[in-house]
Amino acid sequence: MIEFIREGLERFRSFFKKRELDRDFESEVSSHLEMAVEENLKRGMSAEEARREALISFGGVEQAKERHRDARGLPFLDSVQQDLRHTVRSLKRDRGFAIVAVLILGVGIGANTAVFSVVNTLLLRPLPLENPQQLVWIAPPPTKCGFSCETYSADAFEEFQAQNLSFQDVAGYFAFSTEDNFRLMGRGEPVPATGIYVTRTFFQVLGVKPSLGRLFAPEDARKGSRPVALLANAYWKRQFDADPKIVGKAIDLNGQPVTVVGVLPPSFDFGAVFSPGEKVDLCAPMILDDAREWGNILTMIGRLKPGVSLPQAQADVNLVMPQLYFNTKRPNSKGYYKATLTPLKTYVTGRLRGPLMMLWGAVGAILLIVCVNLSNLLLARAATRSKEFALRSALGAGRLRLVRQLLTESLVLSGAGAVVGLGLAAAITSFVAHQGAIALPLLANVRVDGTALGWTLLVAVAVAVLFGVVPGLKVSAGNLHDSLKDAGPGMSEGKKHERVRAALVVSEVALACVLLVGAGLLLRSFLRVLDVDLGFQPARSAAIKVDYDDGGSRAKGTVIFREILNRIEAIPGVETAGMVDFLPLGRNRSWGPLRVKGKDYREGEAPNPLVYVVTPGFFRAMGIRLLAGRDFSWDDAAKNQGVIVINEAAARALWPDGNAVGKIADGGHRDLLVIGVVSDVRETSVEGSPGWQVYYSATQASPEGAELVVRTKLPPQTLAPAVLRTLRELNPKQPAAAFEPIQQIVDHAVSPRRFFMLLVLSFGLFGLILASLGIYGVISYSVTRRRQEIGIRMALGASPSNVQLMVIRATLRLALAGICLGVLASLAVARFIASLLFGIAPADPLTFAATLIVLGSVALAAGYLPARRAAKVQPMSALRAN
Amino acid sequence: MSKEKLDLLQGTLDLMVLRTLATMGPLHGYGLARRIEQVSGDQVLLNQGTIYASLVRLQQRGLIAARWGTSDGGRRAKFYSITRRGAKRLAEEAENWQRLSAVIDRVLALPEGGPTR
Repeated sequence: MIEFIREGLERFRSFFKKRELDRDFESEVSSHLEMAVEENLKRGMSAEEARREALISFGGVEQAKERHRDARGLPFLDSVQQDLRHTVRSLKRDRGFAIVAVLILGVGIGANTAVFSVVNTLLLRPLPLENPQQLVWIAPPPTKCGFSCETYSADAFEEFQAQNLSFQDVAGYFAFSTEDNFRLMGRGEPVPATGIYVTRTFFQVLGVKPSLGRLFAPEDARKGSRPVALLANAYWKRQFDADPKIVGKAIDLNGQPVTVVGVLPPSFDFGAVFSPGEKVDLCAPMILDDAREWGNILTMIGRLKPGVSLPQAQADVNLVMPQLYFNTKRPNSKGYYKATLTPLKTYVTGRLRGPLMMLWGAVGAILLIVCVNLSNLLLARAATRSKEFALRSALGAGRLRLVRQLLTESLVLSGAGAVVGLGLAAAITSFVAHQGAIALPLLANVRVDGTALGWTLLVAVAVAVLFGVVPGLKVSAGNLHDSLKDAGPGMSEGKKHERVRAALVVSEVALACVLLVGAGLLLRSFLRVLDVDLGFQPARSAAIKVDYDDGGSRAKGTVIFREILNRIEAIPGVETAGMVDFLPLGRNRSWGPLRVKGKDYREGEAPNPLVYVVTPGFFRAMGIRLLAGRDFSWDDAAKNQGVIVINEAAARALWPDGNAVGKIADGGHRDLLVIGVVSDVRETSVEGSPGWQVYYSATQASPEGAELVVRTKLPPQTLAPAVLRTLRELNPKQPAAAFEPIQQIVDHAVSPRRFFMLLVLSFGLFGLILASLGIYGVISYSVTRRRQEIGIRMALGASPSNVQLMVIRATLRLALAGICLGVLASLAVARFIASLLFGIAPADPLTFAATLIVLGSVALAAGYLPARRAAKVQPMSALRAN
Repeated sequence: MSKEKLDLLQGTLDLMVLRTLATMGPLHGYGLARRIEQVSGDQVLLNQGTIYASLVRLQQRGLIAARWGTSDGGRRAKFYSITRRGAKRLAEEAENWQRLSAVIDRVLALPEGGPTR
């Protein structure tokens, strides 16, 4: 055993001391030979004979050296080293080829690594929480009435917490927080901050440990307790300069001193998990006793007990849910709750599985194209190197050794490509990770990590084998004799060769076609999404969160709102302004059913509409069309008849005769007069169809905060300072909240689609470039090879345009074959991604036609250059050249 | 077959080298090769060059040691000598070899003819 270790070590050492050991052995051999010669001379041989005899008995000095090296060193590594050296030399000689190959590989591998990093973070890796597989999202089955129907009341939450048997604990957060709902004071200008109320054990349930201080304790969530908060790590660093003594200090939030009890770890970002694309700065404990009358407000997340399966938990939940009271003080409020359990991971990233898989597929196709392209390049190179290989094999190199040499070459190329690709992937992932505006969860965690490195290595090796093996077999299978005889241009070997290359190009075009069709379908879907009638006009309007203090009096609030709107509308450039408590495509809420007075409804027949509290002028400011009746007016006073405006969907469903205005609706607690009908607003998503919406007047109902919506004549951003200044004049506590263009909200909502579309589109374009390179390469090579033939044709009377046409026809044949295959494959792929499309059929004729035209014309362009060259062939010089 | 020179079995050259060095004391490569040829009565097919692969292998395993010295003829040469570990190994290998060859002898001595009942 020891001997083997020793031998291994010695061999390893010898490997690095090759030159020294060779010299030593050479002198040993020469002393050996001298002694032999001497002895032979003594035996009476002639000098010449003595030397000859000595050499014969020694038996080949070079072989002995070789054997000596093999015995003492690492022969395998030696040959690898040799191959490497040879590869580097030959690549240096062919620098253009090497650079192109490495760049192509770099982009292909880089795109793969980057996409893998995204897929890994979003789909493969568990959530960055403790034992995430135990975490379950508990929510009612989806309905049309928004967050209010996806949440639970404070009473229901507590009862569920107490009655269920499957969960270690249950937690939740307040689902209706809006962005910038806090203002941080006492440090110069008020600064907006986004805070989320969470139930007391929220972080304990998720298994998040504070990086400073402590989590919430039972006394923090008691009614009337001293207000406390946990700071998000990023916020602590940004706003408080990572103050290590922050714990225990009080900060001024909304004019109230709030004690910081701890700082959350950098690994936990509330927004990244629960509200992608939004930043959450701090968390405060939800005081349930204050919220008992607020209706459905809480989301629920449970941590399963060890050993409890999801179906078991679901069975338990099915028993418990109907026992819950909406409000324990109202005995008839029992029995409304249901719940479906979803693993938290599925809730967070489940709907991204489809797009991500598509992305992975697309990037895989890119890699295939890269392989095919490289194969093609290597084949072209191999053709020019066939003599070299024939020579080497004549000198005794085995076929395996030649293939190994070629594989070494492709490994070196793909290795260099992987290095370039890793750089590219690191750049892409860090760019993506800093795109806070893309509403994708966990995006900030995307980076090239160890797993991604492993993946890259795997991809690089696979790629090298893939693109190296075809030329390798081709070369090594070549007939030694023919190659050495210099198979000149126009010989049959070249033709066979060309068929392989043509097949490669056809498959390349087919793959590019699939990518382009996919990209085209996604692009068309995206454009369709942008074309959706949102029900409001995002252009030239912007919103800012307004701070106000009405002391709980609606009358006072109305006065404040009116004053604000008057002042804002006086700003030059402002067309009109209005206020609303929830902006579209953000959070929303519902207040229960809305019915035609005096009519009975079956369960589920009349969904709960989403509720908005707005001021007069809001509809105009937002660009929501008034279809019938009138807007609210400041005269719709609190003491007057309650009035509402409903959207078209609700109006049509409740009063199918088409005349809703003037009708009385039953709003649960009181009768409401419908005074107007407005267009349907895409409230929850751009792509979903809108449900029922009802607008209450801010003069009569209490809004939950206020978003000031301003419609401008100028670009909204130019008015931002004036708007903020005016708000500050009215209320010095107004924080410097963002004056956000409504378009930005829409962009945010469609950002995931844009993200995937842009990625696939860039892959498609890259595929197109590679395919055109492939076509160009093959056609151009065949023109070079057939120069003589072309010369003869021309000498026999073919005109340059005949020749040009011939080449172009050959190009189109290739392209057409590729496109035909590609279209067939695309039809299958399109069906596969049908669920990701919007507003178009998978077999969208326009997309397919456009792809056909694009590919066809690119192929034509790629073939045109060699065709022109062919047409310029001088028959005489072509015939003379060989 | 017996008329031709014997091909060396893998490892047998190592054994011969060890034995020769143990008997003769330090030797250079040429001397070693000549000695083996003489002892084998020229029955062994040995390219003298092959011996060096065996020498370097044994040296790496620590069974023999090498150092440059001067031959009888006043020539610089590399001398090999057996180490203590080498001697131990030689004893083991020699015993192995003898046992193996005894077995082979017995097997080959079986009478010819078909199986008998």
